[in-house]
Formats: sequence, structure tokens, C-alpha cells
Amino acid sequence: MTPSRRTALKVLAGGGCAAAAAAAPALAREPKVAPPGAMGMLYDTTRCIGCKACVFACQQANGLEPERDPSGLHLAPVDLGARTKNVIKLYKDGPRMSYVKAQCMHCVDPACASACMLHSLQKDPKTGVVHYDPSYCVGCRYCQMACPFGVAKFEFEKAVPKIVKCELCRHRVKGEAAKDRSGFTRYASGEGPACCEVCPREAVVYGTREELIAEAARRIEQNPGRYFENRAYGLTEAGGTQVLYLSHLPFGLIGLPDLGARGVPHVAYTIQEGIYKGFVAPVALYGALAVAMWRNRRGAAAPPAGGEGVPS
Amino acid sequence: MSSHAVVHTPVGGELMTPFFRKLLFFVALGAAAALWRFAFGIGAVSNLNDGYPWGIWIAFDVVTGTALGCGGYAVALLVYVLNKGEYHPLVRPAVLTSLLGYGLAVLAVTIDLGRYWDLWKVPVFFWRWSGSPQLEVALCVAAYVTVLLVELSPAAFEKWKDGAHAGLRRLSEAGLRFMDKALVWILALGMLLPTMHQSSLGTMMLLAGPRLHPLWFTPWLPFLFLVNCIVMGYAVVVLEASWSAREFGRPREDAMLAKLSRVAFFVAAFWLAFRALEVVVAGDLSLVASPIGVVFLVELALAALPVWWLSNDARRAEAAYQVRSALMLVLAGTVYRINTYWIAFNPGPQWSYFPAVPELLITFGIVALEIALYLWAVRTFPILAGGEAGAVARG
Ligand code: SF4
Ligand code: SF4
Ligand code: SF4
Repeated sequence: MTPSRRTALKVLAGGGCAAAAAAAPALAREPKVAPPGAMGMLYDTTRCIGCKACVFACQQANGLEPERDPSGLHLAPVDLGARTKNVIKLYKDGPRMSYVKAQCMHCVDPACASACMLHSLQKDPKTGVVHYDPSYCVGCRYCQMACPFGVAKFEFEKAVPKIVKCELCRHRVKGEAAKDRSGFTRYASGEGPACCEVCPREAVVYGTREELIAEAARRIEQNPGRYFENRAYGLTEAGGTQVLYLSHLPFGLIGLPDLGARGVPHVAYTIQEGIYKGFVAPVALYGALAVAMWRNRRGAAAPPAGGEGVPS
Repeated sequence: MSSHAVVHTPVGGELMTPFFRKLLFFVALGAAAALWRFAFGIGAVSNLNDGYPWGIWIAFDVVTGTALGCGGYAVALLVYVLNKGEYHPLVRPAVLTSLLGYGLAVLAVTIDLGRYWDLWKVPVFFWRWSGSPQLEVALCVAAYVTVLLVELSPAAFEKWKDGAHAGLRRLSEAGLRFMDKALVWILALGMLLPTMHQSSLGTMMLLAGPRLHPLWFTPWLPFLFLVNCIVMGYAVVVLEASWSAREFGRPREDAMLAKLSRVAFFVAAFWLAFRALEVVVAGDLSLVASPIGVVFLVELALAALPVWWLSNDARRAEAAYQVRSALMLVLAGTVYRINTYWIAFNPGPQWSYFPAVPELLITFGIVALEIALYLWAVRTFPILAGGEAGAVARG
């Protein structure tokens, strides 16, 4: 090994160490917690009768044009999509059956927002609602790749497309939410999530995440053995969600994946923030590379530039 | 070392060969499909959907295309950091392939982005920057394309400095003087940026975490992507040097390419061992006994074959094996990247994706454009070493 080569390797190793040192503190990426006023929903499969009132209320409240059949009649959507922010599906296997609602989970540590370069998708610091602002969206669809629930949808059929997802009807809100007679923190009538407001059976209700957690606990206690594993989905899954589910069937059967307790962005952000925090590591590596090359250039019997020096 | 005095000359000759015309035909087809996409949306030309929002444009044109453009990075590491001056004749053509690979990846991104007109906001609205690995890739790739242009500028300056135009002559002299002074700083940037964004291309798929198969999901993904792009870089340089030697009747640097193949062998063998061991250490070995496990094994086999070929001194000295191994290494890297971004990504059984014909035409058009631009550049500018000046450097 030539001396200059050895120097080069040593200098590079130095840069690598600097990078590792910069990475160390970020290894402790704190788990995210929901803001105190986090708004969410609680859906209960044992109360849902599959009337789909919420599906049409959602379409109406969000100005989404439903699909039509060839005769012009509206069709009920079969899945979330560019025209559907909320859907009711049915699981059926013999006598075992359950309706299940799907919409954005308003994750405590949202993967979609951490994928988004300019925070087009962003978690509201007060309500925790994960909302979308198209003016900073480049349409990269990374949010779709990242969302573990397959919620974010994209208008593939449009030349000027947008991302479509439930934003907890934030556009309807005009005033502050306040605790009402039901004991939940609610907006004035007509300003809350449309799906919850029309539900005839309180199968889906809204309030703060804390109130909903308490409500879920109350229902589990009042109905021993009714709910799968006697717990609500969303307390810990993927770092927690603001939409919670109570189900009489295993969560896996009704489309709620087993995601573990860590937020989806955890691994990627630990690495990314570790390497790029304060930009120390890249600058160190840059300096190391430049020093290595500068020494090589001076040390080697290299003729001056023009013929050689320039990357010829 | 006299080998340092590399002379580059333009190849010259007729540009409009039948092959070149064929390339232009594919470029035109791709351009037509792209126009259709801009008029009627991404869904009108592609099979991309809400389950598979990323397809061939991202997995191949961008993620693989930039890795194929890592020749400049990989060779510069050897020449400038490890001080291996003998590879110098390979640098300029490698930088050209890098510029083309990256430049056209940017073009592919623009076609893929649903709201491409907002792209300019990404570097400008810095107070809105998130920690997204994609942001890092976007900024770095944009910067790197600029750096590659600067790195390659001496090729144009050398041509113009003896030209008829006085303004261009002065510009070229100033440019060459600047390059001489700033070289180290520019080259260092040219090495820092790919290190950053090629690893971030791996980090990106970590955000797809739960839906990426565990045989591919590992916190080492950024490291694997980084080493992989260096392997692909060397392989592309071997292929490019072999092809241009045959195409333009320049002497083929057999001995130098044998040595470069040896470097490629070490890096590829390291990558292969790391990839396999990581799966074992992570305790995912049992997952290999499944259909997707077969995909994993094929991916490893594709890399193992050229590593085995190149492990032998005699074979490595043969031009045929150099080319064969390089082709296989490029294929293995391509398959690894496409698997990570597409095959190993599972959004659920209700979704499927295979590229549509116009979608493929856009990709073919971009590849054809890349080759056409390469031909035009080496015929017009002093890129390739050797030629009538006769000062062919031997390692
Ligand atoms: S598609 Fe838009 S909202 Fe989604 S990650 Fe990209 S820029 Fe953000
Ligand atoms: S469910 Fe998906 S779209 Fe909704 S906040 Fe979570 S990651 Fe984002
Ligand atoms: S909160 Fe609003 S947007 Fe979300 S599912 Fe309910 S009605 Fe639809």
C-alpha cells in the first residue's frame, strides 16, 4: 500500500467516525405522542349495521362525485379511492361476519407526513389531524408508498391531480370544540366529522383520543367477552392512531394489520436524522475527501492540470 | 508516470448511422407517450395505481438509472481518493455516462411526478423541508447533475479553446483555469453527493417498512444500496469502455479492465456476503422457503455468478469474461433495485401492477435518448482516450 493511499483510507475512516458520532444521539429518536387535544374517532364493529350512511355523508361533505353505473345511478364504492375517503366493507365467512369502516387513521407518528418533502401532508400540532395542502405537493406519491394502511389515494386520471384522504372533515370546522352533554369534546352540529354525525347507531363517534380510549374501556368492561382481546386497535399499533377500533373478530380479518408498536418512520428517521442532523457528518466527509485528494495530488508525480488535473 | 498524460480526442464520423436513426425512432415514440401523459394524466399511459403508486419509472429509470450512472463516482473513488492514476483514461467517459444517467433520471422523475410544476418549490421553500429521505435524494441529485456538468466542462472547453469563436475561446481558457484551481473541491463534492443520495435511495424504502418483505427490509438498506451502486458503477465502466473500443476502433485497455474487474470483484463479493449474512443474522433465513424467497435466491445467484467468474485470474484477463461478468453485475444490481422497489413491496392481495405499453415506451425512449446523447457527445467532444493523437495511456 502506498503511503498516500494509506493516508487516504485513514482520513476517510476519520470522516466515517465523525458520521457515526453524529448518528449516535439520534439513535434515541423519541416515540411520538398524540397532542393533548388530539381528535379522533372510535368505530365499533358490534354496533355497525352496514347502512353506509357515513359513506354517502362523507362524499357529500367532501364534494366527492360518486361513481355512476351506465344508467347514471350512483354506485356504492367498494374501496377507498380518489373519490372515496370513507368506505364500509363486509367480512363474511359463514356465520362469522362483520362490517368494517376504513378511512385515515390519523396516526400519532404518520408515515405519510414523514415521507412528504415539504409537509404537504402534515400533522396539526393541536388536533393531530393529518391534513393535506396541495400547494406544496409535487405528486410524488411517496405518501402512498409509506402509509401502512393504504389510505392515501391519488387522482391518477387527472392531468392536475391531488392526493385524496380523510382529513377528519377539518374544512367543516368553524368554531372551537367543547365538551358537550355526551361527555365528548365536539364541534357545533354540522361542523364535526360527517360520518360520525350521521351514524344512527353510534357505531362511529368522535371526540378527543383520551375520551375515546375511556369510552372503549367502558364498552369493554360493560360487555365482557364481546370484543377481540378485550382491547381497542390503535392504542399502540404503529406508534398509536387517533382512530380506534373495537372489533368482535380478530383485527387481522377486518383489514387492520399487525404493525408492532413502533411508528413506521422510526427506522428511516433514526438513520436520516442521525446522518444529517446539523449537517456535521456530510461536512466532515466532504473535508476528508478533499484532504485525501489534495494530498494525493500534491504527493503524486502528477503533472499540472489541463492535460491531467482536470477530470480528463 | 507517463500514463497520467491522457489525451482525449473526439471520435468524429457520421452521426446519422442506421443505429442512430433507430434510437431516434424510440425517442420519438417515448416523447409521444410522454405528451399523452402530460395532457391526460399518469393513469392514461400507465398501470400505476393506488396500491403500486411507483412502477417502472421509479424502480428502473430513477433508482436503477442513477446507479448505472455511478461509473463516474466509482472510478473517481479509485483515481482521486485511492490515488490509482492508471485508471485515468476511464474517468472522462465515465463522467459522461454518469451525467447522462442522472440527467435522464431527472427527466423520468419529471414525467412521473403528478404535480411536476411544484417541483421548483422543493429547493426554494427550505423552511418547509422535512426529514424525508426523498428530500435528501431530490436536493442531492439536482446538485450532483450540476457538479457532473462542471466536471465534464473541460471536454467542451478543450474543444472550444482552439475554435474560431473568440468569446468561447476566452471562456474556455478561464474555465480551464478555474477547473485547475477548484478541482479538488469539485471532485470532493462529486464524491460526497452520490455517497449521500445513493444511500438515501435505500433509506427511502425503509418508510415502506411494514409492506416491504423482511428479506429486503433491513436498517442496512442504505449501506447495501451504496455499495451496490459502486459495483454497478465499475461494471458499467467496463461495458462502456469495451463497447466504445469496438464501436469506434479505439484500442481496448484489456489489462486495465482486468485490474478494474478485480476491484469490481472485491466490492461485489463483499456486497454479496454482506447481503446474505445480514439475512442470516436478522434471523430471516426461514423466509427463503417461499415463492418470494426464490426471487431472493435468484437475485443472489445473479450476483454470485459474476463474482465466481471474476475470482479467477485467467478468466479475469479475458475480455469476454470481463464483459460477461460486467453484464451480469449490472443485471444483478438492476434486479436487486427493482425487487426492493417493486417485487418485494406488497400493498395487499387486491393490488397488482405490470407496466403498460406506453409506460414502457417512455422508459425505452429515455434509454434510447441516453445512448443517442452518448454517441453524439463522444463524436463531438474530446471524451474518449486515444485516437489519432496516438498517445494511448496504458495502465
Ligand atoms: S404526493 Fe404530495 S402529499 Fe404525497 S408525499 Fe408526495 S408531495 Fe407529499
Ligand atoms: S393512516 Fe396513512 S394516510 Fe392516514 S395518517 Fe396514517 S399514514 Fe397517513
Ligand atoms: S371524518 Fe369526514 S372525511 Fe373522514 S371519513 Fe368521516 S366524513 Fe369522511
